[in-house]
Amino acid sequence: MKKVITSGVVILVIGLLGWGWYTAHHQPAADKVTVVGSTALQPLAEAVAERYQKTHHANIIVQGGGSGTGLSQVQAGAVNIGASDIAASQKEGINAAKLQDHIVAVSGIVPVVNPKLGVKNLSMAQLRGIFTGRITNWQEVGGPNLPITVINRASGSGTRVAFEQTVLQPGTESINAQEQDSNGTVKEIVSNTPGAISYIALAYMNNQVQALKIDGMSATAQNITTNAWPLWSYEHMYTQKHSSKATTAFIRYMQSHRVQSSIVNAAHYVSIHDMQVTKTDTGQVRRK
Amino acid sequence: MKPEKVDRLATYLILAGASLVGIIVLLLLGYLLVTGLPHVSWHFLTSSSESFRSGGGIRDQLFNSLYLVVLTLLVSVPLALIAAIYLSEYAPTNRWTELLRLAIEVLSSLPSVVVGLFGYLVFVLQWGFDFSLLAGAFALTILNLPLLTRSIEDALHQVPALQRRAGLGLGMSKWRVTTKIVLPQALSGIITGAILSAGRIFGEAAALIYTAGQSAPAIDYQNWNPFSPTSFLNPMRPAETLAVHIWKVNSEGLVPDARAVSNGSVVVLIITILLFNLLARLLGNLIQRRLAK
Amino acid sequence: MQGPQQNLLKPSKESREEWLGKLVSGLAIVLIGGLVSAILIFLTVKGIALFVQGEFSLGKFLTDTTWSMSNHDYGALPMIITSFLITVLAGIVALPMAMIVAIAIAEMLPQRVERYLKPVIELLVGIPSVVYGYVGLTLIVPALQRLFGGTGFGILAATCVLFLMILPTMTSMSIDSLRGVPQDYRRASAGLGATRWQTITRVVLPSARGGILTAMVFGMARAFGEALAVQMVIGNTTIMPKGLLDPAATLTSVLTTGIGNTVMGTTANNALWSLALILLIMSLAFNILMKLFNKRGGQR
Repeated sequence: MKKVITSGVVILVIGLLGWGWYTAHHQPAADKVTVVGSTALQPLAEAVAERYQKTHHANIIVQGGGSGTGLSQVQAGAVNIGASDIAASQKEGINAAKLQDHIVAVSGIVPVVNPKLGVKNLSMAQLRGIFTGRITNWQEVGGPNLPITVINRASGSGTRVAFEQTVLQPGTESINAQEQDSNGTVKEIVSNTPGAISYIALAYMNNQVQALKIDGMSATAQNITTNAWPLWSYEHMYTQKHSSKATTAFIRYMQSHRVQSSIVNAAHYVSIHDMQVTKTDTGQVRRK
Repeated sequence: MKPEKVDRLATYLILAGASLVGIIVLLLLGYLLVTGLPHVSWHFLTSSSESFRSGGGIRDQLFNSLYLVVLTLLVSVPLALIAAIYLSEYAPTNRWTELLRLAIEVLSSLPSVVVGLFGYLVFVLQWGFDFSLLAGAFALTILNLPLLTRSIEDALHQVPALQRRAGLGLGMSKWRVTTKIVLPQALSGIITGAILSAGRIFGEAAALIYTAGQSAPAIDYQNWNPFSPTSFLNPMRPAETLAVHIWKVNSEGLVPDARAVSNGSVVVLIITILLFNLLARLLGNLIQRRLAK
Repeated sequence: MQGPQQNLLKPSKESREEWLGKLVSGLAIVLIGGLVSAILIFLTVKGIALFVQGEFSLGKFLTDTTWSMSNHDYGALPMIITSFLITVLAGIVALPMAMIVAIAIAEMLPQRVERYLKPVIELLVGIPSVVYGYVGLTLIVPALQRLFGGTGFGILAATCVLFLMILPTMTSMSIDSLRGVPQDYRRASAGLGATRWQTITRVVLPSARGGILTAMVFGMARAFGEALAVQMVIGNTTIMPKGLLDPAATLTSVLTTGIGNTVMGTTANNALWSLALILLIMSLAFNILMKLFNKRGGQR
């Protein structure tokens, strides 16, 4: 009796699974688009994907993993879209000519210090001095007598490359300082360390840390559109030269005026349509 | 000094030291609970997470964690069971068995980052699993196997040798003795071991970041077909677990209430592990009592 | 029906079952063995790519002190030393603590207490390392800042976090090994008129030595391989550590920070895989050490 019941259950389960497999494979398959890459871009891409799937029959999967991972995966053809906050041509080991670049957002970068420090403004030269290790005490820039703790971003990360392109002079290098990978951890460290300075993406800015002005200019979306605030970078989505229809459709949706002015702005990125200037991969800025 | 005096002094010192450590640990747990508990609510447990607005919950992450544990146990328990049976009942004591034991123990001390990267290379890329629950379950199996094998082996060892001899004396094969006499006896130990190991893998993050992935796409809890891509049962979908969520929210969380979400998740995680422990104890006792009857 | 002779010549049901048992367990063993060798081979191949392709020499990798991925300098010595330093420090601090708690629980307090404490310890073992990292970031680092000045980030902070993290594991394993000492030993010792402390120090601890050392090495192996928690508090500066309060970087912290930012197959990526290989070799070494202790301890 026991055996009959067991075998009955087994047959039932197998039957159900088979039926499930059959129905799943005979439905019109949803178009699957996989986005892998930049962890900083991930929340934005997720939010857009969620909205997109409400109106379109598609299955968008967004993954982190880092810009390097995203670029190597899209180059290998393992994923449809490689999200990156660094231009493919600036990344070693990537053949940028084989990839199609789609700019989907503009991200501001803002230097931050501990709120208790009292320093609210630095000149570009002072900022450069701090990150090259020439200035080592806050006293030298009008702050309290406190050694400066530089927290740099992970080498090879998009934020660091963009920051160094703008702040450092060609040929100079940042001092060998603490390195942190993520915006969240940087914020945490700066808010816990009195003399710390670092930089984060504008989207991650909150009252845990004090945003610095540079030469009296503050990091606002308005100032970024005119390059009055020079610290910004593009968020890229790379595809292969010939991408699937679903992939193109999703990217086009992401670049659309509607998404750019709603979700992208709400996430504190700058809409690509508001930009009055363009930036080359190596950091030259031109008016549109 | 008299030995009695030394004894009393040492006892006081040891107990004082132990209480000190105990207090530190309790303070730590208390700190985590106090900072996190206020954020845990029914809404927090039953709503999905937000990308950049506050007020998100952890429903999907919590389910993913539990489901991943189930999948991992489905893969690792049979494997560990058979390996333990081999090691405790069959294996001759020679150099090869030693080597095998070493091999299993090597797995236990592998850094979980390394396991994660291996899983990423092999399961995710090579075998084409993509970022999926299954790839995560395989990676966790690598981490889980050694401890589980060890605890099952211990449970088998607890069965008195006399019972085996009695079975063998009746002319039963070793396999029959193992499955019909030893296993039922050791069942409570095995189940306790499995659930305790579940508690351990529940909090794993580093091995999952590159295998199960770091995103929780919308899933449909009404879709019971495990082959459908949107079904909550589909093992091939990417799934962010609670521990990974804590890591992600802290490192790249755009939500304004990142801190609260992370603290709340920590509390939920701790409570779940506590429940695992209680469950293990309860089931173990229950089976023990039934066997005794 | 066939004759009894026929039955005797055929393999019996029992021997067929025996064969099945051997087959099943043999398969599992092959699978596990295969898995372990697959991991070893894969990581070795990936890890030596840097040297095989002649991009960087092994000698320089192990002895050079500059690590700069943008300049193609891959001297891993600072990370190797830091990793060892914090592991050994955490182990040395955690061992006596774990011993004290284990002795109190296993030898002094009534059994009932253990029944309540064991789940708590299991609970602590299960807390994700990320949480320990955040405890470090929000409690330990600020405390160190106040005590010693500086940033608080560095080797000492990492040691504290790792100490907290491995303490439960080591305590739990130490309790087990103390429990493993036969009750007869204690009775015999008490019968000779020894006090409890004498019994503990001269009988129980020596016979549990193997297990306790194993617990220590196991804890240290866990500390050595820990990535996320350490990365948050150590400061990630790839320079030679000069003092306990200086920020430094470990093998794992460089690995986790860098792997997502490099492209598969490039020199920088290969160098990171070489770091992973060092981690693997070290965990092998820890294992062999454990085996040695176990043998000398005379247990199992």
